[in-house]
Amino acid sequence: MEIILLVFTFVLAAFLGFELIQKVPSQLHTPLMSGSNAISGITIVGAIITTGAAESTFGSIIGFAALVAATINVVGGYLVTDRMLGMFKKKN
Amino acid sequence: MELVNFAYIIASILFIFGIKMLGSATTARRGNRLSALGMLIAVVVTLFDRNVLSMGWIVAGVVVGSTIGLIAAKRVQMTGMPELVALFNGFGGLASVFVGWAEFDRISRIGWEKYLGNGPADSTFILVAIFLAILIGGITFTGSLVAYLKLSGKMGGSPTLFPGQKLLNALILLAVIGLGVVLVVNGQSQELVVSFLVIIIALCCLLGILGVLPIGGGDMPVVIAFLNSCSGLAASAAGFVILNNVLIVAGCLVGASGLILTMIMCKAMNRTLGNVFFGGFGAASGGKAQKVEGEMKAASTEDAYYVLEAAQSVIFVPGYGMAVAQAQHAVKELAAILEDNGAEVKFAIHPVAGRMPGHMNVLLAEADVPYEQLAEMDDVNPTIANVDVVMVIGANDVVNPAAAEDQSSPIYGMPIINVHQAKTVYCLKRGQGAGFSGLVNTLFFRPNTRMLYGDAKETINALVSEFKG
Repeated sequence: MEIILLVFTFVLAAFLGFELIQKVPSQLHTPLMSGSNAISGITIVGAIITTGAAESTFGSIIGFAALVAATINVVGGYLVTDRMLGMFKKKN
Repeated sequence: MELVNFAYIIASILFIFGIKMLGSATTARRGNRLSALGMLIAVVVTLFDRNVLSMGWIVAGVVVGSTIGLIAAKRVQMTGMPELVALFNGFGGLASVFVGWAEFDRISRIGWEKYLGNGPADSTFILVAIFLAILIGGITFTGSLVAYLKLSGKMGGSPTLFPGQKLLNALILLAVIGLGVVLVVNGQSQELVVSFLVIIIALCCLLGILGVLPIGGGDMPVVIAFLNSCSGLAASAAGFVILNNVLIVAGCLVGASGLILTMIMCKAMNRTLGNVFFGGFGAASGGKAQKVEGEMKAASTEDAYYVLEAAQSVIFVPGYGMAVAQAQHAVKELAAILEDNGAEVKFAIHPVAGRMPGHMNVLLAEADVPYEQLAEMDDVNPTIANVDVVMVIGANDVVNPAAAEDQSSPIYGMPIINVHQAKTVYCLKRGQGAGFSGLVNTLFFRPNTRMLYGDAKETINALVSEFKG
């Protein structure tokens, strides 16, 4: 049962995603892309879970690699988006 | 466990509001911070909930990743933004590959029967999810890397083509799918060693490289938006591997919104996604030289100065050339002078100008160009015939009248900024050759067009000193 609920969630989230950004001015295309790119770093949660439960050193190393990659994505993505939006802001 | 899921719901809500607010100029920055807060909540809650066995690895990973991300984000120049976004995106894909791999390794060591014993999923479901996380993540990773290399100029921006390329790609894709089926059918048996998975990972990575290699620089906005969407879907697939709601929701949101952006970019070029990836644009059309009537007429900055000095209305049309020459600050200075001189100044920005969606907006924002001066293509076109001077700065295909007039042109049908209808057009261009796409720009041969050859930044600076002197 839980499986079908997860798929259900996925489908609803897809429709929500489509609705959310139907009309975005082109000025914001880059921040939107880099900001949503940071969100895709949510894999960091998966990396923590799999590293934390690792059964072997090998598993820990792979998990560690996943964590490094995901954290770069998250931290770098949010910071760079914030920097960009800061520039957009100051002349208003 | 309930508390964690509750926190995940809050994180998801913050992501949704974050994306929503990123769509409007006044709320965008707050939106980004809200979504960062959501991420923080999701991470912290996960850290404290799980009976984590090896905290050391986790702390080390987060510290290393944060340091690299922090330094990269702080150091990058605004002109280097497209390649950095591509690179970050690639890391997101890589993370999904590793999560899929680590979970496969972990479950294999525990034993599939034991692992599945009290869980809701069956092995087929988990294995399909692992396969998808690796497939999408791997393509995202290496595809983004190639995009990064092309955007940063470490690799030529033109399409790389060789005979049998499409056949090779199709064969690799078939092989990957075949191996994927074997993985799903036999994945839980002990005979299937982990190295089998490594082969699949390697092939997926190869697929990403070969997929992006044939795509030219001008199509990069589409590719980057598409890879962004893929990184979200890869995260979602990783979420199905570990049966985690927040990964599925957040990843899917990114996948869907990225897909919309991809469609906007495709529409702005009047092309389909399939055409971008399999069209071999640029390469196919580059060979045949079109016959154009008229000649390209060079002008000096002095000529341009007299015309600009008398102009009542001036429109700047920036393109990738402005980014390459880093001319945005000089352009902003010239625009300010022209405005003081009594002219109405606007910047007309084509949706696919540059190398990523919104590229020109980022550069002009960095140079402090007032927001009111920025105009979109559709706002400018109706009145462009009344404009005295258009300054085309390193833009090419997006102002090529062939897109509107020449049915045999590969870019026929692509919406353009109709600068050729203005009274006078100055095109700033490095040399006489065709643009990156290999297409002849018929704009350059128009009677009302004058060419200003040379580095865009130097040309603009020369104009500025004409005004000052």
